[in-house]
Amino acid sequence: MIYACHLDDLPQGESLRVMADDPIALFNADGEIYAVDDTCTHQNASLSEGWLEGCHIECPLHEASFDLRTGQPTCLPAKRPVRTYPVTVDDDGGVYVDATVSERITEGAA
Amino acid sequence: MRAVAVVGASLAGVETARALREQGFDGRLTVVGDEDRLPYDRPPLSKEYLLGKAETDDLALLDGDDEDRLGIDWRLGVRATGLDLRRRAVELADGTEITADAVVVATGAAPNRLPGTAGLEGVHVLRSLTDADALRADLAAGSPRVAVIGGSFIGAEIASACSVLGLETTVVEALDTPMEPVLGPRVARVAAGLHGDNGVRLLRGVPVSGIRGIGRVTGVDLADGTVVPADVVVMGIGAKPATAWLEGSGLELDDGVVCDTGLLTAAGGVAAVGDVARLRGADGTSTRPEHWTAAAQQPAVAAANLLAGTALQEYRRAPYFWSDQYGVRLQFAGRAAPGDEVRVVEGALEEYAFAAVYERDGAVTAAAAMDRPRSFTRLRRGIGRAAAPV
Repeated sequence: MIYACHLDDLPQGESLRVMADDPIALFNADGEIYAVDDTCTHQNASLSEGWLEGCHIECPLHEASFDLRTGQPTCLPAKRPVRTYPVTVDDDGGVYVDATVSERITEGAA
Repeated sequence: MRAVAVVGASLAGVETARALREQGFDGRLTVVGDEDRLPYDRPPLSKEYLLGKAETDDLALLDGDDEDRLGIDWRLGVRATGLDLRRRAVELADGTEITADAVVVATGAAPNRLPGTAGLEGVHVLRSLTDADALRADLAAGSPRVAVIGGSFIGAEIASACSVLGLETTVVEALDTPMEPVLGPRVARVAAGLHGDNGVRLLRGVPVSGIRGIGRVTGVDLADGTVVPADVVVMGIGAKPATAWLEGSGLELDDGVVCDTGLLTAAGGVAAVGDVARLRGADGTSTRPEHWTAAAQQPAVAAANLLAGTALQEYRRAPYFWSDQYGVRLQFAGRAAPGDEVRVVEGALEEYAFAAVYERDGAVTAAAAMDRPRSFTRLRRGIGRAAAPV
């Protein structure tokens, strides 16, 4: 588990980038914390710098969009999903990401 | 509608095919391309591909699933030579023709070349994968001195790649400040500073008068008498819409294929998309947005209008482009006009890290940023959503 930040440092609508073997983007989407690969699967751009709307993140370079719950692309030019990672928030508000386990949740699950 | 012919197999052509299928067209879909390979994305050619950080597979615009789903009848490696509007027949260089109920012109643009450079070894343009392979090979042979003619986006990206490769590089630009017509003087001056700060020589305000060399290039002559010795010369001096094959067809041509803001031409059942499309508004003014984003986004509008048989939708997005130079990501959206005030919203121009807006009479006309994607996206959305057609 990687300590990412304190919950206070990730207010609603905000995002941040966590360094791991592959960088991970962390989002607070209406109170729900999500972690996905930071690098867009289309071309080199950082999703943590993107536009968060609901639980979708739009890439800042070419407007590809991903569903943070599943990692699936929801619009072109991205065609491949980003990996999603389990997030834990402890009682003290510490936000942890398990970078060793990437999840591929199927469409429809949440 | 039973058959559509798309002429041009790059981004705009491919996205047209995709949009037609997504919007329910299940008839015969033919895509003609003059290059003998499946469609690929061009922006990386002057960036990662030139540096060997991306290879051909990384550039593919379609994956296997797409190919199955789209059911395209490819006609690759053959050039379109004419269009018979009456029969909606596309004539091909191999003597065959494709008849269709609708034709989409997506032939893009061809790079400009200086006169007298044909056949001279070491002289390059960069538009296609073939161009990129030739340039990559030449840059890797020995340690060539490189002269880049034209300091606009492609020229600056190539110079940037050459500096990463450790090559002695000179950029020659006819304007006093490269990219000033697009970025405005203040931001263009900042962008121009990137060259010198990264060890690339920028010669500006002097046009090229000729290219030296017999058989192989040896240098570039400038109008003020300067000679820039060079083993490799790259011309990044703009591109002309590829409309020669449409001369005499009856389609109105005016630095592009003239169409309305819904991408339809005056000839029924013929649309134009991407670099080749000149969009003329109701007020008579026109634009030909030569950006990746336009080529990616116009096809959905064109497809909807072709299928409906009338311009139900307009392409209204503000221009947007990006450029990666010397490790800095430049993004720009909107249309800046001479005299617009630049207001820095975040960061600092001289640090190559900023987000800024262009303002005129209190209204935002454009936004620019270096390495500030998040702020830029916010600013861009403010422009894009409010932009007037054309």
